[in-house]
Amino acid sequence: MGENFSKFTINRAKVGKNDVKFDVKYCGICHSDVHVVCNDFARSMYPIVPGHELVGVVTEVGANVNKVGVGSLVAVGCTIDCCMDCDMCEAGEENYCRKGGDTHTYNAKKTHGHIGGNPETQTFGGYSKTEVVHERFIIKLPENTPLAKAAPLVCAGITMWDPLRHWGATKGDKKMKIGIVGIGGLGTMGIKLAAALGHEVVAISRSNKKENIAKEKGAQHYIDTSNTDSINKHNDSLDLILNTISAPHSIFTYLGLLRTNGTLVQLGAVGVPMDFMNFAIIPQRKSIAGSLVGGLKSLQECVDFCVEKEIYPDIEIIDASKVDEVYISLAEGNSSGVRYVLDIEASL
Amino acid sequence: MAEVRGSMYPIVPGHELVGTVVEVGEKVARVKVGDNVGVGCVRDSCLNCEVCDSGEECYCLNGFTHTYNTPKTKENCHIGGNPDVQNWGGYSEFDVVHERFIIKIPDGMPLEKAGPILCAGITMWSPLNHWGATNSDKKLNIGIIGIGGLGTMGIKLAAALGHRVVAISSSDKKRDIAKSKGAEGYVVSRDPASVAAERGKLDVILNTVSAHHPLESYISLLKTNGTLIQLGCIAKPMQYTQMQLCLRRISIAGSLIGGIPATQEVIDFCFKNEVYPDIQVVEAGELERVYTELQENNSGAIRYVLDIKKSLEANK
Repeated sequence: MGENFSKFTINRAKVGKNDVKFDVKYCGICHSDVHVVCNDFARSMYPIVPGHELVGVVTEVGANVNKVGVGSLVAVGCTIDCCMDCDMCEAGEENYCRKGGDTHTYNAKKTHGHIGGNPETQTFGGYSKTEVVHERFIIKLPENTPLAKAAPLVCAGITMWDPLRHWGATKGDKKMKIGIVGIGGLGTMGIKLAAALGHEVVAISRSNKKENIAKEKGAQHYIDTSNTDSINKHNDSLDLILNTISAPHSIFTYLGLLRTNGTLVQLGAVGVPMDFMNFAIIPQRKSIAGSLVGGLKSLQECVDFCVEKEIYPDIEIIDASKVDEVYISLAEGNSSGVRYVLDIEASL
Repeated sequence: MAEVRGSMYPIVPGHELVGTVVEVGEKVARVKVGDNVGVGCVRDSCLNCEVCDSGEECYCLNGFTHTYNTPKTKENCHIGGNPDVQNWGGYSEFDVVHERFIIKIPDGMPLEKAGPILCAGITMWSPLNHWGATNSDKKLNIGIIGIGGLGTMGIKLAAALGHRVVAISSSDKKRDIAKSKGAEGYVVSRDPASVAAERGKLDVILNTVSAHHPLESYISLLKTNGTLIQLGCIAKPMQYTQMQLCLRRISIAGSLIGGIPATQEVIDFCFKNEVYPDIQVVEAGELERVYTELQENNSGAIRYVLDIKKSLEANK
């Protein structure tokens, strides 16, 4: 990374009839913010104002807005626009919008036409004082929601919630045995959610170092994949595995842990091709799948569940003066499992 | 077979048996002497696990017993005879099988065409069933990669089920045969324009190719939430990219033949809809030639069928 963060002025759009304007109180820092800032995906449009984990208080609403009013507590996650017209958008899976994909909260072109302001500029995210979005992309927060802790729910929370939901773990009709690979910020969030949903949770890591924290967060079992006995205890037994590892890795062990019809859901942004053997998935009809955040319906569900059950990520609040330091630490690998949250008011 | 699992010689191959019942045990209720029956790839399973109970014996948690070249299990074995001798397959005059693994062949179904349905047919039917294509009132877009014996069977089944079938091959050579079997669309995987024409349109793809190949262009053909189903025996690792799966919630799955109820279902479906494999009947004296041909080139649509009676007569 060459440059540091610096203060930058942006103009938010005037509030249109379907829009909600809010003061951003906190914005969570996501590992993918680091990737975008460093242009790791090769499509960064500078200047970048990152941040896709916004929470705050509504200050103005457009004439058609019903969802919230001035003073409401709200959140915005990774999606701030979509076509609103395809079957995926209609099903509330806007993150899989068929017409060019959804519009990301920052570093994205405004292609779907429901974002105000200058149509030529890229979207600017939540490391900022205010935000204006179409009502559809607003998440309602109950009155007593602890705002700073709630911020990462709209990214880390939904990243783990949505595959649990898609693969049948949020319906409450069946106890599943669910593996969570990678016991960092995403992984610990996944353990908490799966345990709170009543499932048998198996935390999976490369050493024994994360056993205490995994069990503390609600995992009943722990697999140290450097130890074959540890793996063999749970072979052929997991219904679903959520794999948060975002560096190149082998999935062979995880496929072996799946039972008949089981699915390994890959969540990490890995830039190189991954290997698998047909022989690992054919005999017991196993699947390897990918998943990426979630739609607005799923997001509201996730936030409601977490606020009701008081499931929050472990956070550390910082102000803007610490952002560079935090980015460097995340780029080097965040092994503490803590999600950093930017205190916007304190930073201004 | 030796390439896939260790072979126990001598081997009597054959897992697509059809014939007529000559004797039944006293507890047998499903068939009687004179009925036409078939046995496919599953000769036995534990019949004592939740997967067997759900009628998916091929995924038996204790491992199903393949019709030939397998030992008889020590526990939960439903096969008679010498317990220490491996199982012999269908290139033979008789077989004795537990009733559970018998498929009834409807009266009037041409026996010589039923055999390959018990293997190629179920291999394509079972994933179509599991991924919602056999009970759907929606017209789906189904891709079939590899236009050989399995692939053409899959095209016929998917088309007979009312779906739009897109045949996918590495060249244009199979276009005519694919269309003649019922494919509406055809993609040449090495031609970017051909791939682009069907990009993002397919609900599910059945991949029958059994040689190593890249998957990226096939995955691009899938709709959001779509599944690429891998069927081929491939000894080398396959590759995928994480982003291709994550950005549109794509799955890559495996599938293996199918359980007994599904096998009965595909036989009944084929009879009712007159969906049959393209076959060539041969006798035992031609086996060497046929095996050599299949080893050199297993991409033809023809399924060979051994005429047991004629083979025995010729041998007298």
